[in-house]
Amino acid sequence: MTVDLLAPGAEPTPEEIDRLLAERSFPLVEGGRATFVYRGEADEVALRSWIYGLPSSQPFRRLGESELWVLTLEVPERSRVEYKIEVVRGRRRRWIRDPLNDLRAHDPFGANSVLHGAGYETPPWAQPIAGVRGGSLLDLEIESKVFGQARPVQVYLPARRRRRRQYPLLVVHDGGDYLRFAALKTVLDNLIDALEIQPLVAALIDSPERLVEYAADPRHDTFLVDELLPRLENELPLLPDPSARGLMGASFGAVAALATSWRNQGVFGRLLVQSGSFAFSDLGERHGRGPAFDPVVKFMNGFRDQPGRPTERMFVSCGVYESLIYENRSLLPLLQQIGVDVRYVEARDGHNWENWRDRLREGLSWLFPGPLWMYYE
Amino acid sequence: MSNLTLLGPQRRRPTVLAIVRELDGPVAVITAGWQENENDPLPGGLSEDVVNLGIYRRAEQVFDEDRELSRAHRDRQSRLKQLQRLYRIRLDHAIAAYRELLELQGEEDAADQETLAGEVGAALEDLRSLDRHHLERVQAVHAEFEERWHPSRRDSVARQRGELARELAGAAVVVLAGGHVAVLLNRLRLFDLAPLIADKTLVAWSAGAMVAARRIVLFHDSPPWGAGNAEVLDSGLDLCGDVLPLPDARRRLRDEDPLRVAQLARRFAPLACVALDERSRLRRDADGWRARGARLFGSDGDVRQVGRSSWKVLRR
Repeated sequence: MTVDLLAPGAEPTPEEIDRLLAERSFPLVEGGRATFVYRGEADEVALRSWIYGLPSSQPFRRLGESELWVLTLEVPERSRVEYKIEVVRGRRRRWIRDPLNDLRAHDPFGANSVLHGAGYETPPWAQPIAGVRGGSLLDLEIESKVFGQARPVQVYLPARRRRRRQYPLLVVHDGGDYLRFAALKTVLDNLIDALEIQPLVAALIDSPERLVEYAADPRHDTFLVDELLPRLENELPLLPDPSARGLMGASFGAVAALATSWRNQGVFGRLLVQSGSFAFSDLGERHGRGPAFDPVVKFMNGFRDQPGRPTERMFVSCGVYESLIYENRSLLPLLQQIGVDVRYVEARDGHNWENWRDRLREGLSWLFPGPLWMYYE
Repeated sequence: MSNLTLLGPQRRRPTVLAIVRELDGPVAVITAGWQENENDPLPGGLSEDVVNLGIYRRAEQVFDEDRELSRAHRDRQSRLKQLQRLYRIRLDHAIAAYRELLELQGEEDAADQETLAGEVGAALEDLRSLDRHHLERVQAVHAEFEERWHPSRRDSVARQRGELARELAGAAVVVLAGGHVAVLLNRLRLFDLAPLIADKTLVAWSAGAMVAARRIVLFHDSPPWGAGNAEVLDSGLDLCGDVLPLPDARRRLRDEDPLRVAQLARRFAPLACVALDERSRLRRDADGWRARGARLFGSDGDVRQVGRSSWKVLRR
């Protein structure tokens, strides 16, 4: 019935459309196909998504003279796709969230609609779980000489801290966004409570100019290594060992993590990088990604030329629907070659916070494995 | 043979208080598996009128006073960790082979089943033999440690054990809490407590139940990384006959997978694999074993619920 109503050549009546929209949820996911539907007056309707390899705009077709617009796409199982719908009417062109879909993903720029492909589920450990003991957040301010200003840092402290115990430290770039858009506190609480990761301290840092400071800017190294780390080690019960010190970041935050660790080898023994903006060039420095990437490409070319051993253990993840997949895949053989104990994971997802959230269990438990096998409460 | 009750996890829905209230006499509690949190409140308000033996704190005191023993203990743990790591390498291959052969049972022609059955049996025996070998290596490490360092003759250990013996002499019931299974086992072993609690009524949950068993098996079918193969850790105190407790099995084991269930049951036979989840109990008294809410893993891959709402005789 549904398929018939949405098939090419169909011309459903308003009553049939009402019934269809009331009975089904949209986008309509059937195996490896998803059908997007828009109802309304328009001259053109298009899907705007960020799937690398597909056009960023894909037109809906109108069903006859009805006000129903339809687009069917192949969406492999376990995919997660963020999108908006573009509605053109006269000279007015609007990007809107899908009125027929309540699923939203938020980021610093607002929110997108989300398609969950067949088999995708939001991980249970990324949602609050009753009875889980929650850690706490502490506000600190680091007086930074290198940046000439005070920098706020939020510190996550695990629940049930022990007086005589020392903890690993994870420094999280874009920490505020990880908290807001990737449920980082919930994830840490749940994974620690489930014994899948060690209880750890996380320092959540943010930059007022991330595209500059996270683009392999040496001032950022100084901030992390000479200003933040000594202060945290002085005030918190942290393990004084590189294998208990990690850096984490996504996109440009991943570049910052790798660059700092590379230039300060032996300081950070754990790296978690997600959808790293690891642009490089094999010949010259042309890259076609815009001027913000100039210092990144320079750093990445230097790193690829003389990688040394930036860390001991590393987790790299990337979405197959993002343009950075090539750069991230290219990193893997290099890391293996230089003896980094690396795990690499791909997901059918894009360059977004929920993709990064969904990979945190694999990443954190690889870098800071918990006493899961030994603990029976 | 003393009375014994084994329980599942107690953190969210504790039942231990009700169990202990049914028993007569003074109660001593061992919470060494909680490590530095040894003195945290006991689940369900059990803390009233019980004596916490403070085993973890006592062991820390011994290690502070006797640096030589502390170093030796640390070295032994390193050797055990290495052994475990090496055993795991062999184990992963042995389990993969056994499982692959088990899966063939549904595919081979009937005429070939007899040949296949022989290989399945041999693969299982390889697995059991590997477990036995590992346990022997672990026991050899313990024996060497005992022979060389004689912990029970060292002043600090002897003093603490003397105090513990006095405390335990006044207890009729010993409660063994869950937590870190190796930490709990090592502390009990350091003070050689098995003989002191063997004649008490014992109530043990989760890691406590595992430590009370003849063999300690670590398990988790779906860890974030790795194959999730159950592994033998060590010998336990051997206080619960031929029962192998599997606490929190609903969360830790894929018990809907008959192959995994059958594999566990056959591998550890004649021990009976018994899942102990929240609110389930397994009790042994003069009449034998009885269960309430526990589940028994069968060698045919079946999981049998025993006594969902009332006590059922499990094994006499």
